[in-house]
Amino acid sequence: MGSVEASNLPENSRVATVGGEPYEKVPHDLYIPPDALEVFLESFEGPLDLLLYLIRHQNLSIIDIPVLKITQQYIEYITLMQHLKLELAAEYLVMAAMLAEIKSNVLLPREAKERAADEEDPRAELIRRLQEYEQFKLAAHSIDQYPRIGRDNYQATVDAGIDDLQKTLPTLELSSLTKAFEEVLKRVGRDSHHMVKREKLSVRDRMASILKSLGDKPRVFGYFCNVHEGRQGVVVSFLAILELSKDGLIELVQIDTYTGIWLKAIVA
Amino acid sequence: MNSKDIIEAALFAVNKPIPLKELRGIFLNDESVSVSQIQADLSQIEQEYVDKPLELMQVAGGYRFQVRAKYSPWIRRLWQEKPVKYSKALLETLAVIVYQQPVTRAEIEKVRGVSVSTSIIRTLEERCWIVACGYKEVPGRPMQYKTTKAFLNDLNLSNLAELPPLASLDEWLSI
Repeated sequence: MGSVEASNLPENSRVATVGGEPYEKVPHDLYIPPDALEVFLESFEGPLDLLLYLIRHQNLSIIDIPVLKITQQYIEYITLMQHLKLELAAEYLVMAAMLAEIKSNVLLPREAKERAADEEDPRAELIRRLQEYEQFKLAAHSIDQYPRIGRDNYQATVDAGIDDLQKTLPTLELSSLTKAFEEVLKRVGRDSHHMVKREKLSVRDRMASILKSLGDKPRVFGYFCNVHEGRQGVVVSFLAILELSKDGLIELVQIDTYTGIWLKAIVA
Repeated sequence: MNSKDIIEAALFAVNKPIPLKELRGIFLNDESVSVSQIQADLSQIEQEYVDKPLELMQVAGGYRFQVRAKYSPWIRRLWQEKPVKYSKALLETLAVIVYQQPVTRAEIEKVRGVSVSTSIIRTLEERCWIVACGYKEVPGRPMQYKTTKAFLNDLNLSNLAELPPLASLDEWLSI
C-alpha cells in the first residue's frame, strides 16, 4: 500500500473527519489514499492481522510492543472503520478492549511481592497470540507458493487406447434374438387387458326382427337362436320372445312335451 | 520388453498418481521385476526427462508425469477459466489445519482471531484438501478437520514433513 507524503497534499486541507472531528494533519504513519482506504481496511484478516501490520510497519518487535502507542493507533484505525460505516466485526472491538486492559494492567501499581509471584508480563498472552498468528500467516503464504496441480503443474497423460480394446462387443445369435422377441410377446400377452365390450344386441330390435321373420308362417324356437351370437344372442332372443308373448303379439305353441316350441304371429 | 518402458507407458496411461505397489502389480508373477528394479527404472526415467518439459514426480499418491511448472503460463491458456486464486483467509485457515491437524473450527478461530467462514471450509472440502475426521472429545463434541492425500498430491508433496516447519520462536526473538 503506497503512502503519500504529507507534503504532497495541499496546505491546510482537511485530511479526514473522524468522529465529527476534522483532522488537519495526516496522522503519523496513517495516511492512505481515501479511495483505497476501504479496500485497505477490508484486506485485513482480523484484529490480529491489523495489529501485526501496525507493529511491523514501524519495525517494532512483537516482543517489545509499546502498548500505549499501538493501542492508540489501533483505535484510530477502528474509528476510521466505523466512520466509513464498514461492518466492524465484534472481534476488532474485543481486541481494543484487550489492549486497553493490558495497558491498565501495566499501569496498575502492585505490591512488590505480588508482582514477583505473578511474574507474567500482562502483554504475554497478546504477544504469544501475535507470534502464533504471524507464523500461520507466513505458513499460508508459503503453502500458496508451492507449485499446485491445475495452476502450475498439469498431469501428463496419453490416450492409452485401452478403452476400445476392453469393449469387445459380445456376439449375438439370431436364435437368441428371436427367442427374446418371443418372450416379449408372451409378456405383452400376459399384460394385455381384457376389455369387456357390451355387444350391441337389443331386445327391442330382436322383437322387431322376430315379428318380421314370422310373417304369416310359424317358426320353431330354435330358429331364432343364432349360434354366432353365442349365449348373449340366445338370451336376447328368449327375452324378446317372452316380451312379444306378454304383449300378445305372438302365440307360443307346443304340440307335445319335449317337442319344439312354435312361434306364431297373432294377426290382429 | 524391458520393465522401464512398460512403467513409463503405464505412468502416461493413467491420469492419476500410481503407487509403487500398483506398478509392481502390472508385472503379475514376473519375479525378475522386483520393487527395487522398479525404483531403479523410475529414477532412470526421471533422469531421461531432466531436459524435457515433462517431469516424473513422486507425490503422496505415487508417481505421475506432469508438465513442469515453468510452462504453466502457456498451458493454462488452454483452459477458458483462470485457475482459482485463493483468498488470504482461505490460505490461513488451510495453514492452521495443515500444521495443527486434527483441528476444530474453534481452534482455527483462536489462532486467526476471526470466525471461520463456512464457505471456506466447504471450498477446502470440495477441493478434497481437507476432510472431517471425527469429533473432539470436549463439550459440544466439535468436528475436527485434517488434510488429505489429495492435498499432498496437488501440492507436489509426498508427505507433510516436506513442508517447512513453522518459524520457530527463536527466530522471533531475533527480530
